[in-house]
Amino acid sequence: MIRELEERLKELEGKEKNLRLLRIKRRRIISKYGSKLIPYDRVQLARHEKRPKAKDFIENIIVEPMFFHGDRLFADDKSIIGGIGYLEDIPVTFIGTNKGRTLEENVKYNFGMPKPEGYRKALRLMKQAEKFNRPIITFIDTPGAYPGVDAEERGQGEAIARNILEMSRLEVPIISVFTGEGGSGGALALSVANRIIMMENSIFSILSPEGFATILWRDGSRYREATEVMKLTSRELYDYNIVDRVIEEDISFSLKDFENNFLRLKRAIVEELDGLMEKTSHELVLERQDKYRKIGGEL
Amino acid sequence: MEQKAKKGRSIISIIKNLRRFRKPSIRAVVPERLFEKCDGCGELVSKSSVEKRLFTCPECDYHFNISAKARMDMLLDEYTVINRLPRFTNPIDFPGYKVKYRENRKKSGLKEGILGVEGYIEGIRLVAVSLDNSFFMGSMGSYIGEEVARAFEYAGKRDLPILVFSTSGGARMQEGIFSLMQMAKTSIAVDRYGETRNLYISCMTHPTTGGVTASFASLGDVILAEPGALIGFAGARVIKETIKGELPKGFQRAEFLRDRGFLDDIVHREHMRDYIHRLLKLHGYRSCRI
Repeated sequence: MIRELEERLKELEGKEKNLRLLRIKRRRIISKYGSKLIPYDRVQLARHEKRPKAKDFIENIIVEPMFFHGDRLFADDKSIIGGIGYLEDIPVTFIGTNKGRTLEENVKYNFGMPKPEGYRKALRLMKQAEKFNRPIITFIDTPGAYPGVDAEERGQGEAIARNILEMSRLEVPIISVFTGEGGSGGALALSVANRIIMMENSIFSILSPEGFATILWRDGSRYREATEVMKLTSRELYDYNIVDRVIEEDISFSLKDFENNFLRLKRAIVEELDGLMEKTSHELVLERQDKYRKIGGEL
Repeated sequence: MEQKAKKGRSIISIIKNLRRFRKPSIRAVVPERLFEKCDGCGELVSKSSVEKRLFTCPECDYHFNISAKARMDMLLDEYTVINRLPRFTNPIDFPGYKVKYRENRKKSGLKEGILGVEGYIEGIRLVAVSLDNSFFMGSMGSYIGEEVARAFEYAGKRDLPILVFSTSGGARMQEGIFSLMQMAKTSIAVDRYGETRNLYISCMTHPTTGGVTASFASLGDVILAEPGALIGFAGARVIKETIKGELPKGFQRAEFLRDRGFLDDIVHREHMRDYIHRLLKLHGYRSCRI
């Protein structure tokens, strides 16, 4: 359905020359489709190549971002970007998982799938944030941790486990934003946060729908069916209290049309951060750890 | 629901607890149940000699899969179960989960894939937890996550060391996001336990993969593994598909991980009790016996 919507919009843009009318007609088409989206469509949107990537989110929300490199141990993982900048007038540390738009970019960024050095780079930056008392904002858009020989050799499991534990005890506010795809432990390792915000058309799941179908039904091609039962959309996760906030989205297929979405997100982050910055470091850790401690405990 | 299990180191009780000695060999013309084909070397080995060696192969040291209860029986002087009774929950209303759950209970004879106990090794009091992969492949759902976290809290409150044997296929898919979140819950339990300055020994057994590897199992103060155990985050098949090539020899085996710096040591099952006893003593834990 997403492809159909995209085509209709493209067709409209070719036909309608009156800008005002174009905008109105656009909105009409989008709202007609928007009300009928099924989880599978959300997955398509979350993964869409024209959807802004974490880097776009960072550049539209953080003022004057400076990007830093390396884990100081092994390498600089290009699938993780991070650094410091201002959120309005507050210095913050930001981390993002980097996806490309073209095949070439994606090869360079490893399709947004971090290796252990990526998680360790993120942790290094987060630890530094703690040292200088900067809040941390993470932007997540990853299919998951990279499943490769080298990643396993360098301790993918250990790197994820370490990040989860260390993030849970950082004494500064942490806000995680799911911008696109949030897959498995690879996403969790960057999202143990005080507040989790999901863009409306982002997803967060135990595994990619393809992987899920492969494991459960030994048939990866049944991924469409998997999206129906996995409960991976922002609204479903909000209802489960896994996610604190969902940012309503205007469906768009370009950076320009995404502006309002960025604005809404920025407002939400600032609002949440204002509240969190009033808490003591002890309260922040306690609140964060208690939140995860309780999930799935009501047996 | 605390139940007592008496000193269970006799051969008979171990035999009773042996559930999975793998499928009978095709070659087995020999009287049934006297010999067994080893999954490691393929040799026919006598069951009694395997049992005497705590279910390891006398020819190749292959470590047979054992139940959580068998592990406790061979390791501890005596113990009391501290788990609560599991109740089935279906957090994301996953179709067919209940039926599958029932099947697993029937097949394994277990209520869930974890056993947590308080017990003694040579008189030293400790908490011990073992996953059991005959139930849902030892996959971590909410119940297992909760019981792991509780075991750490139980040990922390009483200033006891904790020993965790993991064996798991990873997250319990049927519980979706709730299963994923158990990684955070258990890791946080390890962190809070660490604040009490007590010893956490993690021992990975065959196979330990996915979300368990990427949470509490990799966070021990001392991390051990049984020889030959498969340990990793991603599954071998997924990796093969991703890299479109063959995997190196010994990939994701305990020895491979030790050589790359992720395990403190590999310990043969026959030496495990002694090894852990020495660790406990070195960390200042003393026998409660007079």
